[in-house]
Amino acid sequence: MSGAREKLAGARQLLDPILGEGRRLTHCALGHADADAVLRGGLVRGALHEIFAGDAAASGFAAGTAQRASGTKRVLWIVQDFSALEHGGLSPSGFAELGIAPARLLLLRAANAEDALRAGIDALSCAGLGAVIMEIAGNPKILDLVASRRLTLAAQHKNVTAFLLRQGAEIEPSAAQTRWQIRSLPSVAADNWGMPRFDAALVRNRQGETGHWVMEWSCDNGAFRKPCDQAARPGAVVRTPADRPAAAAEVRLAG
Amino acid sequence: MLSLKSNNARILYAVDRKAAQLRLTPGMALASARAMVRELAVVEADAAADAKLLAQIADWCDRFTPFVALDGSDGLLLDVTGATHLFGGEPAMLKTVRTAIARQGFTIRLALAGTAAAARALARYGDGTIAAPGTEAQAVAFLPVAALDLESADTHALRRAGLKTIAQVAGRSRAELTARFGKEMVFKLERALGQSEKPISPRRILPDYMAEHRFAEPVTAEAFIADSILSLAGSLCALLEERGQGARALEASFFRSDGALSRIVLETARPLREPKIIARLFRERLDALADPIDPGFGFDLIRLSALHAERLVPESVGLDAKPDDDKEIAFLIDRLAARFGSHRILTFQPQDTHIPEAVGIAVPAQHAPDTKCDWDTRVAGEAPRRPLRMLTKPERIEVMAQVPDGPPLRFRWRRALHAVARAEGPERIAMEWWRHQDPQPTRDYFRIEDEAGRRFWLYRDGLYGREPFTPRWYVHGLFA
Repeated sequence: MSGAREKLAGARQLLDPILGEGRRLTHCALGHADADAVLRGGLVRGALHEIFAGDAAASGFAAGTAQRASGTKRVLWIVQDFSALEHGGLSPSGFAELGIAPARLLLLRAANAEDALRAGIDALSCAGLGAVIMEIAGNPKILDLVASRRLTLAAQHKNVTAFLLRQGAEIEPSAAQTRWQIRSLPSVAADNWGMPRFDAALVRNRQGETGHWVMEWSCDNGAFRKPCDQAARPGAVVRTPADRPAAAAEVRLAG
Repeated sequence: MLSLKSNNARILYAVDRKAAQLRLTPGMALASARAMVRELAVVEADAAADAKLLAQIADWCDRFTPFVALDGSDGLLLDVTGATHLFGGEPAMLKTVRTAIARQGFTIRLALAGTAAAARALARYGDGTIAAPGTEAQAVAFLPVAALDLESADTHALRRAGLKTIAQVAGRSRAELTARFGKEMVFKLERALGQSEKPISPRRILPDYMAEHRFAEPVTAEAFIADSILSLAGSLCALLEERGQGARALEASFFRSDGALSRIVLETARPLREPKIIARLFRERLDALADPIDPGFGFDLIRLSALHAERLVPESVGLDAKPDDDKEIAFLIDRLAARFGSHRILTFQPQDTHIPEAVGIAVPAQHAPDTKCDWDTRVAGEAPRRPLRMLTKPERIEVMAQVPDGPPLRFRWRRALHAVARAEGPERIAMEWWRHQDPQPTRDYFRIEDEAGRRFWLYRDGLYGREPFTPRWYVHGLFA
C-alpha cells in the first residue's frame, strides 16, 4: 500500500510542473467564513470557475466573485448575443447599486459561443485584467473538456481568473477548479427588502470538499457574508404563501 | 453602338468610334440621330455604373500616388509630384499607365503638366503630351477653347467671337475677358496656362504617414505578406517617432497585380507606435475577415498608412504598475476590436438622464469620450434599487394588481406564473417631456420578489384614470 502511495507521489512530482498543479496558489476570500474555510482561503486566482445559473441571481454572484477576484484591476464580461436577448443586457446602474464601479467593467458582445471562448482565451493573456467572465448560453459543442482545459491553462499563464457563467446549461465534465450552482433565495423578513441572497451550492471543488450555503452580498463592503439571520438555511426558509388573502394587505403596506 | 440618357428628351450620351464617323455627336437628340442613321444600337446610359467603374480605375491608380482626384464623370487627376522617378521617369510612367489601362480594354488619353488644369486640357485635347515645368502656356497654346472647361455658353461665345484656340484667348487683355465672361473664366485660363494653381481635392483623405513596398514579382505567400507588414510598420513607426506622434487609425492597402485593391482599416484606442503590435493587430484582422483577401496572382504593392495620428506623450516609468495595466488593456481592446469589430467591445458611460434604460450607455471602448457626468452613488445600507440585468425591450406581462396604484399580486411572464411575495414601490419615473413630441406615459416601477426569491423590476405604463388608455404592465429588469 505504501509502495503504491510512493509511486503516486513520484508521478505527481513529475507531472505537477507540467500540469501546473504544483504552483503556489493564491486565494481570494469571498468573505463568507464557512465557504472560505472549505475553499482553503477562498477562490483560487488564475483558475477557471464555473457558475451554473438557476436564475438571474447567478449574474450577481458572478459579478461579486469577479469583483473579489480582480482586486483593483478591470473585469471583462463577455456576453453571447443570445444570452443578452434572453436574460437581459448588463445594466451599469445595476453594478453601481451592487457596489461595483461600472467604469471598471469592459463588455464584449460575442456573436456566438465560439467567439466568446476565443475572445476569452485571448483576454486571459492580458495581465492588465483581473478577471474574465464568459457568459455562455446552453451547452455548445465547442465548450468541451479540451476547451475548459485550455481556459484553465490560459488563466494560469497570467494569473487572470476566469469565470464561465453558464445560462440554461446542463452540468457536464470540465477542467474547472470549482463549480457552483446558484439560485436566488427569498428575503428573510417579510417587510424588509434586503441585500441580494443566494442559495450557493459548491458542487465541485478540485481542492477538497463541496458545500451548500446561504450567502448574502453586502453592497457596502463588496463581500459575501453569512446572512444575519442564521435560521435561514435553504429548505428551512419560511416561504410566504402568496395566494394567502392576507398577502394583499402586507403588499399594500410595503408600498 | 451608342448609349443614351433621358433628360426630358432622349439625347445621345456617348457614341463609339463608328458612330462618330457617321457624325453623330454626344448631346444630339436621339430622334435626329435616328433620322440620320436608321440602324442604331442604343443602350441606356448608367451613370452609377460608370461612376463605379471610374472609382475602380481610381483605386487602381492609387498605386502611383495616394493623391487621386476625380475630374468630372470621365477623368482622373493624379498628383505625381516627386513620384515619377519611382516609375522610371515621366515618359516611362505615362507608358506604364497607358499600357496597363489599355490592356483592360479602355481607351485612355493622358498627359502630364505642372498644373492640374493644364494637364487636364492636354489630356483631353493633346493626348500624350508632357509639358515641362514653365512651358504649360506653349503646350496648351493651340488647343481649342473647349479645353478650358468653361460653361458651354462661354465656349460658344468665344468661338462666335472668332477666338478658336487658347493662344488667341490668352492674347486678349484680362480686363476685357473679365468684363465679358467674369472672373472665374479668367482664373480658369490662367490655370490652364500654368500661371496659377487651384488645389484639387483628392478622393480619399491623404494619410498623415505612409510606407510602402513594391515587389518586382507579385507575392502570394501569407508569411511573406505578414513579414512585409511588420517591416512596413517599422518604417511607419520611425516616421511617426520623428514627429513624436502615434497612429490612431491605420490602413493597409493590398494592390493586386491584376488591378484589384483591398483596403483594411484598423483603429486603436490610444496613439500607437509599436511595429510588433501593429503587425499583430493586422494579423488578427486578416484572420477574422469573413471574406479573406484573395492574393490571386499576387500583390505587387503593399502600402501601410497612418490615416490619423495623434501626439504620443512619452511614457514616464512610474513606480506603480498601473500605466502598464492600462497599456495592456488598450492593446487587448484593439485586438478584440480588430477581430470582432469596434462596436462589440464596449465600456459603460453615465448619461445625464433619469430614464432607467438610458442612464448608462455602452459605448465602443476605442472611442469612449470623457464625460462630465458621474454615476449615481448608492445609498449606504440600501439594497439595490436598480436591476443588474435589463431586458433589451420591456416585455408585456399579464398582471393582477390592485387598482388604482397598488403593486401586482400575481403576474405571468414568458408563460410562467409568478406569485408576488414582496413588493417595494411605486417609484414614479416621469418621461422627459422635453425630448418627445407626444406626451409619454408616466411609469410606476415596483421591485417585486416572487415566492422563489426571484426579484423583478416591473412597471406600469400610465396611471389608471389619468392617461387616455388602460395602463399596461411590463417586466423591465431582473435583480441579482
